[in-house]
Amino acid sequence: MEPILELRALVKHFPNQRAVDGISLTIPRGGFYSLLGPSGCGKTTTLRLIAGFEQPTSGDVLLDGVVVNEQRPYQRNVSTVFQNYALFPHLTAAENIAFGLKRKNQPDIARRVREALELVRLTGKESRYPAQLSGGERQRVALARSLVLQPDVLLLDEPLAALDPKLRKQMRLELKEMQRRVGITFLLVTHDQEEALSMSDQLAVMNAGAIEQVGTPQDVYLRPSTRFVAGFLGAVNWIDGVGLRPEVTRISRTLPTNGARFRPATVTGSVFLGNCVHVLARLESGEDAVAEIPRSNGTYHSGEAIHVCWNPSDEMIFP
Amino acid sequence: MKRGLGLYAVAVYAFLHVPVVILALFSFNASRFTVWQGFSLGWYRAIFQNRQLMESTWNSVIIAVVATILSTIAGTLCAYGLWKRGSALLSGSLYLSLVTPEIVMGISLLALFQWSFRWLQWRLGLHTVILAHVAFSIAYVVIVIAARLRTFSPSLEEAALDLGATEWQAFRYVTLPALLPGIIAAALLALTVSFDDYVITSMVAGVDSETLPMVIYAMARRGASPVINAISALIVVVFGTLVLISERVQKS
Amino acid sequence: MRTLSGWERLRAWFLLPAWIWMAVLFAAPFAIVVCYSLLTRGAYGGLGLPWTLENYQRLIDPLYLVIVLKSFLMAAETTVICLLLGFPLALFISRAGSRKNIYLQLVILPFWTSFLVRIYAWLFLLRDTGLINTALQHLRLIHDPLPLLYNDGAVLLGLVYGYLPFMVLPVYATLERLDPALVEAAADLGAKPWPTLWHVILPLSAPGIRAGSILVFIPALGAYLTPDLLGGGRTVLIGNLVQNQFTTARDWPFGAAISVGLMALVGLLVLLMLRREREGLV
Repeated sequence: MEPILELRALVKHFPNQRAVDGISLTIPRGGFYSLLGPSGCGKTTTLRLIAGFEQPTSGDVLLDGVVVNEQRPYQRNVSTVFQNYALFPHLTAAENIAFGLKRKNQPDIARRVREALELVRLTGKESRYPAQLSGGERQRVALARSLVLQPDVLLLDEPLAALDPKLRKQMRLELKEMQRRVGITFLLVTHDQEEALSMSDQLAVMNAGAIEQVGTPQDVYLRPSTRFVAGFLGAVNWIDGVGLRPEVTRISRTLPTNGARFRPATVTGSVFLGNCVHVLARLESGEDAVAEIPRSNGTYHSGEAIHVCWNPSDEMIFP
Repeated sequence: MKRGLGLYAVAVYAFLHVPVVILALFSFNASRFTVWQGFSLGWYRAIFQNRQLMESTWNSVIIAVVATILSTIAGTLCAYGLWKRGSALLSGSLYLSLVTPEIVMGISLLALFQWSFRWLQWRLGLHTVILAHVAFSIAYVVIVIAARLRTFSPSLEEAALDLGATEWQAFRYVTLPALLPGIIAAALLALTVSFDDYVITSMVAGVDSETLPMVIYAMARRGASPVINAISALIVVVFGTLVLISERVQKS
Repeated sequence: MRTLSGWERLRAWFLLPAWIWMAVLFAAPFAIVVCYSLLTRGAYGGLGLPWTLENYQRLIDPLYLVIVLKSFLMAAETTVICLLLGFPLALFISRAGSRKNIYLQLVILPFWTSFLVRIYAWLFLLRDTGLINTALQHLRLIHDPLPLLYNDGAVLLGLVYGYLPFMVLPVYATLERLDPALVEAAADLGAKPWPTLWHVILPLSAPGIRAGSILVFIPALGAYLTPDLLGGGRTVLIGNLVQNQFTTARDWPFGAAISVGLMALVGLLVLLMLRREREGLV
């Protein structure tokens, strides 16, 4: 079976910027994928190239095995959920959802709109205008509007950025559940690594217009292939050129005896985070490290002499 | 400073509005002299009995409506096109047409029409006035619509394309409805500017296409008459109402 | 090679009416006027050959230079007075809080009301048998009517009256966008209201003042109706001169030359202002 979406050596140059600098990516059918990266890395541009709002400088976009470079957005079977939702203010929720169906002259519009509203749990709000809906409700209308067209791929541009933190966590689960239910391939673009890790089956980490690593959340977090990926996916302690996550970095007052590696250090501070404690230490070699330890391990005071230790198997090594 | 500024504002507003208010008040004066001699609606009755006034008003209405329709359509499409991608030449021409002194516009259009008489079988008349009015009112429409477009998010049109609409359909079903209040406001503005014009109209009007401003001007030139007061009061009320409507519409 | 995008095609069609307007109703008339300015006055007031620059040479005649200078002076006076009167009003509106809209409407309203009516209102007030004279005579403050009308002062009054809104609106727009924090910072640093106005608010409203000045100066320069009705033919400005050539004097080529000169001036002023704006002062 062909991948539903394929990018081949995709390049997009703007007059003063090389937004996308040679990207190749294959996305199989059905599943939740993410493009993760800092602002300016080209992830949104990539999304727009797939949707058809930009034309590639070189390279190809293939949907279902067909090169679609020349196709306008309305000719491609992908749909986008915009960051600001882009709901039509002069139409009700139901009319927004029906918009695409009407343009393509599809039959049975009323029933499909009803089903879409049920899918996003907005039944009863179909006659409301966007201005009368909450942020979360507007997002669901945007989702329904795109999903009702049954696109090959659903593109989501930072869909959770505009929501408040509590709602965001809830929506992550809902989106993941929705994707499972409808079976359509979701491609999400975000700068929030927690979002990407928690929702994706696979994700691609982007930086400065190029892909640094593709893999499962476990792959990119535990076995990052570059320093950038390591640093972007979470905090890193750099000791002797080796990377260590704070949660595998431990503090000990005595020398470890179980084969762990260690370095002498001085405690420079301690931060209580509620669910754990971060102990900040400066190694004799001058590097700073943060160790994430459980509350129960006792308190460490500034100036204390301790050892920073870790298991060799937790090391992240880069060429 | 605030109280001083407030008093000052009252004075300036008085300067701006009192003359016309007085004019309107004296339209109800029974006598034709500037001494109040009792309330009367006689001058208003005189308006409707004056054939020239009635005909010229009708001409003004026809010209204004036709010119407004043409310039609103052309101006709206132009503002939208320029919003997609600007054109220094077109924008510059529109701005220039706004600041060009009316007399210069008037004689230029007259020169154009005179020159065209050689090739086309027509003379000065309602049609030349209508064309002239379209000429100077397009810029007003473009300004109003352009201002409205500045607050319109391009992502709405992108969403429309994304959902299967062609570029034309995106304009028709998404952008145009959003622009409607602005289009109405622009049309009302064009209507007012057209109805009120004297200078350009007087240069390109034919013998049988007199407009209301032209008649008022002639009457004012001959000497004052309370009939002008009455007409003025009516014009102020009608135009004032149009302004209010326009503001209401723009707020939606 | 990319084909023309869907938007480009739509845009091309949409701009077509405007391009036609530009060519037929804007560029062509001016081109014809330029041609006229280079021709000679015909025997019966029409046009005729030969081609000549004589009309432009006549512009330098002191008789006409006086008129040009006078128009300049009047336009400048109008602009300055409008600025002095209009700036405080714009300031007032920008500080009016929730009532801003109503006050703005009161400024815009005259603009919508018929220009002719507004000038006539002053005729009604200033005539020998007008309201002011009648009232003063009634109160026995004067015996003979004052000659308030048909002079330069009346024209200046009419010009200021007519163009004041054009100064207030752009200045207000700039003041509105002024960051209130700047005024607060000035106060915080010890500046009282008047110095704040002079050193902080005024310089920052320069773009609005420039825009308003252009919107007043140029129409005032080419004013026709106001000097015609309120000046009674005694105040002859460029606008009246042009109109005269096209009607009574029937000297179209000369009238055309004056118009071209006026437009050249207008074009220069507009260019100067646009260049200023592009220097990032807006």
